[in-house]
Amino acid sequence: MANFEQWHGFKGRKWMEEINTRDFIQNNYTPYDGDESFLAGPTEATDKLWGKLKELQKEERAKGGVLDMDTEIVSTITSHKPGYLDESMKELETVVGLQTDKPLKRAFMPFGGIKMAEEACTTYGYTPSPELHKIFTEYHKTHNQGVFDAYTPEMRAARKNKIITGLPDTYGRGRIVGDYRRVALYGIDMLVEEKSKDLKYCGNGKMRDDVIRQREEISMQIKALKEMKVMAESYGFDISAPAKDAREACQWLYFGYLSAIKTQNGAAMSVGRISTFLDIYIQRDLDEGKLTESEAQELIDHMVMKFRMVKFARIPSYNELFSGDPVWATLSIAGKSVDGRHMVTKNDFRFLHTLENMGPSPEPNLTVLYSSNLPEAFKRYASAISVRTSSIQYENDDVMRVEWGDDYAICCCVSATQTGKEMQFFGARANLAKCLLYAINGGVDAKTKVQVGPKYVPITSEYLDYEEVMAKFDDMMSWLASIYVHTLNLIHYMHDKYYYEAAEMALIDTEVRRTFATGIAGFSHVVDSLCAIKYAKVKTIRDEDGIVTDFETTGDFPRYGNDDDRADEIAVWLLKTFLRKIKQCHTYRDSEPTTSILTITSNVVYGKATASLPDGRKAGEPLAPGANPSYGAEKNGLLASLNSVAKLPYEYALDGISNTQTINPDALGHEENEQVTNLVNILDGYFDQGAHHLNVNVFGKDKLIDAMEHPEKEEYANFTIRVSGYAVKFIDLTREQQLDVISRTCHEAM
Amino acid sequence: MDHRDIQKVRVHSIESFGAADGPGVRFIVFLQGCNMRCKYCHNPDTWSMNDGEEMTSDDLLKRALRYKNYWKDSGGITVSGGEPLLHLDFLIDFFKKAKECGVHTTIDTAGNPFTRDEPFFSKFNELMNYTDLILLDIKEIDPQRHQYITGVNNENILDMAKYLSDINKTVWIRHVLVPQLSDFDEDLDKLSQFIGTLDNVERVEVLPYHTLGAFKWETLGIPYTLKDICPPDKERIANAKEKLNTSLYK
Repeated sequence: MANFEQWHGFKGRKWMEEINTRDFIQNNYTPYDGDESFLAGPTEATDKLWGKLKELQKEERAKGGVLDMDTEIVSTITSHKPGYLDESMKELETVVGLQTDKPLKRAFMPFGGIKMAEEACTTYGYTPSPELHKIFTEYHKTHNQGVFDAYTPEMRAARKNKIITGLPDTYGRGRIVGDYRRVALYGIDMLVEEKSKDLKYCGNGKMRDDVIRQREEISMQIKALKEMKVMAESYGFDISAPAKDAREACQWLYFGYLSAIKTQNGAAMSVGRISTFLDIYIQRDLDEGKLTESEAQELIDHMVMKFRMVKFARIPSYNELFSGDPVWATLSIAGKSVDGRHMVTKNDFRFLHTLENMGPSPEPNLTVLYSSNLPEAFKRYASAISVRTSSIQYENDDVMRVEWGDDYAICCCVSATQTGKEMQFFGARANLAKCLLYAINGGVDAKTKVQVGPKYVPITSEYLDYEEVMAKFDDMMSWLASIYVHTLNLIHYMHDKYYYEAAEMALIDTEVRRTFATGIAGFSHVVDSLCAIKYAKVKTIRDEDGIVTDFETTGDFPRYGNDDDRADEIAVWLLKTFLRKIKQCHTYRDSEPTTSILTITSNVVYGKATASLPDGRKAGEPLAPGANPSYGAEKNGLLASLNSVAKLPYEYALDGISNTQTINPDALGHEENEQVTNLVNILDGYFDQGAHHLNVNVFGKDKLIDAMEHPEKEEYANFTIRVSGYAVKFIDLTREQQLDVISRTCHEAM
Repeated sequence: MDHRDIQKVRVHSIESFGAADGPGVRFIVFLQGCNMRCKYCHNPDTWSMNDGEEMTSDDLLKRALRYKNYWKDSGGITVSGGEPLLHLDFLIDFFKKAKECGVHTTIDTAGNPFTRDEPFFSKFNELMNYTDLILLDIKEIDPQRHQYITGVNNENILDMAKYLSDINKTVWIRHVLVPQLSDFDEDLDKLSQFIGTLDNVERVEVLPYHTLGAFKWETLGIPYTLKDICPPDKERIANAKEKLNTSLYK
């Protein structure tokens, strides 16, 4: 059993005998039931550093969204010399480390695809290195090239016609959360030692391709761990042994995360669940009189400042999918332990408090793992922060804990993953709204007129018959599920081969659980369209080739979003049916298939590629985001809408069900105290029904319109809104997306 | 005890989340029908007794109870309109059943149907057994101005306020503040004095006039006569709140 001096005062045994961060946390954390009155404001150093960062952000915006880019150095854990927010103030930074040598400078990351890395440079006026071009085209293959070498013609057509869409074949898949806490708790040497044992015993007696691959991967992980040490040394820290105090714990942990974001530009690079863990170190220092509350808050503020600085070089088509330069540095707080204790610590308050000390911000993507049984004072504080900043999201710990235990973290916008035990194959989305149209048109795409799906018999009648449509939709969904899963299998095979996440996987158990995360787009529109066909009269309108390109719907029909079982039952059926079809397919590396109903901002670009639908949505109009009801469908207000979404069974969408709601402050209550009480009641009522996720925005339409027209106003520089599973600075959205956000239901009952 | 039939009523709309009409989170039912013709009405589409969807008290209660989760110990059901007191039989049936389920009940009324004449008065008294709170909107204290703004007299409305005080039924008094129509210092003072004579007032609310309902008049083809009147400014709102002592009632 290891026993380090750095562990003095810590209780428990199992975590000393093996790598087991959860056991450490459960044995040592201090639940906090009090309110926010103990919190400290920003220190002078925090104000100075944050002031500098705000200046840099302003400069970045003025330069069209990118402050600086690397064109010569391929980013690795050790590729860059140390960088600081400001050289002249570097002694003020209590947590150090940048992705490159300068703040907000974007690294060159060619392993996902050299073309994309170069396009990202040229888009912003930078000239990528010709030498690197040669290396990554002539001598070394990239993930993107691997995928396109292997794609079948059918996959290419499905992808080009956007019935499967947003695929991680041109960017890093992300969503893998290393257990960065391990660096602090154990130090690198012990982690290397444990991985070396794994390597030694891996594949004893048989040498099949899966064993060979695993041996190679463990070796890459060990190399990454050793490089982390070298990188930390360049900043003047020796992380070979465990962290001895709170400041080192924050720093060690951050170095682990920094290694991930130096090597991977995944669509989501989440931080994980770190607040309770760090609270143990902070509490020990506070108890021993080595730290003051103000210093503790400063550490958290500075760490969060680092998370606010994470940047990747992106291409325009990526920005259309995920607008506003997000990185999903998702940071999960609160939740409950499986033994029934809540896991709210003072540090969970400190993380929320960063939104007051340094103002609202989209990153890190602060996520409250919610339960109506969390301490009332914490629920009220989180709600108050929502009312003031609209910068946090809520996810139901009561449904997730059942599936993932009490040490999971959110790895993307809303998906849960067991920290250090699990990795995820991220799979973007299948557009089920298009699938319905393919069912009607016998596999022909109404937008491009190309035969994309199988040439099944199309519907030829003038009016749509529910039974006939359902039978054909069922067949077409089977086809879609299989082409979708096959495509993802291929993508992830190549990602493992050419763009393996060694730094993150080094901080995850070698015996790793893998999930295979598919997703659904166009959910509400399919439900409402099927309702229209069932309860109203839907007439087809055909073009000269006989392809149905539009519909005329007469009569009233129930819609998803009104707590009306007639519609909501179809919604549940749709989710269950799609997942069953996904589960019939073989998934890569024996991963467990899941699905999700979440779309980020991509609902706008998915909508562009989707023709008119029977529910009245016209060709090209945005789809509703995530599991949200369609625009204009909600007739009975916020809670009716929430009740509809709450009916979707989380067990069938373990990758997440995102719901975004905007509430006018006046509609929420007369003054803040009342608004907070009402918001807590909304959250309790919603989550107690088993709902999964809620983004809460509290502001009126007027503010959005003003921000769209006057982005230069100081007050809007960091004006943050929540959109389908993540937060974004409103002024960073395209005008089209801004208009989409504005047009969505804003609950403001009179 | 008489065994009434399940009552039906014409419903204009349902709002599952109301935070402005009564305490906490509320399920609000807007009923059809009103005999007042307030010049600034933001729901003129509720005036007619014949529009809307017919629903039974059981239907409505079943729907309302879907939101019990959100109410906790503060929220409940508010019946608004239109003018709810035009539907006493329905309200008695609906609220009686709601109280059996432990739901907090509120009526949002302008008091126009109130009379001490029968059969109204007995029914009203029975309804009060099942009603926890009344939001009473006093449009104007001055009889002439009230007549001008609403098309009806305010004598019975003020009588209702007195009666509710006599039977000690909790009320929130509300006053819609409309520049040039119901925002005169002398009247606000008089209203304040009147409220001071009542023993049952828990809260006094000033509701600033807004123009969000104006488009409905156009849709209905009724001329909107307040086109030139803007919502009251902050100073006038603060003035009204001060004169009506809103901060004393909480």
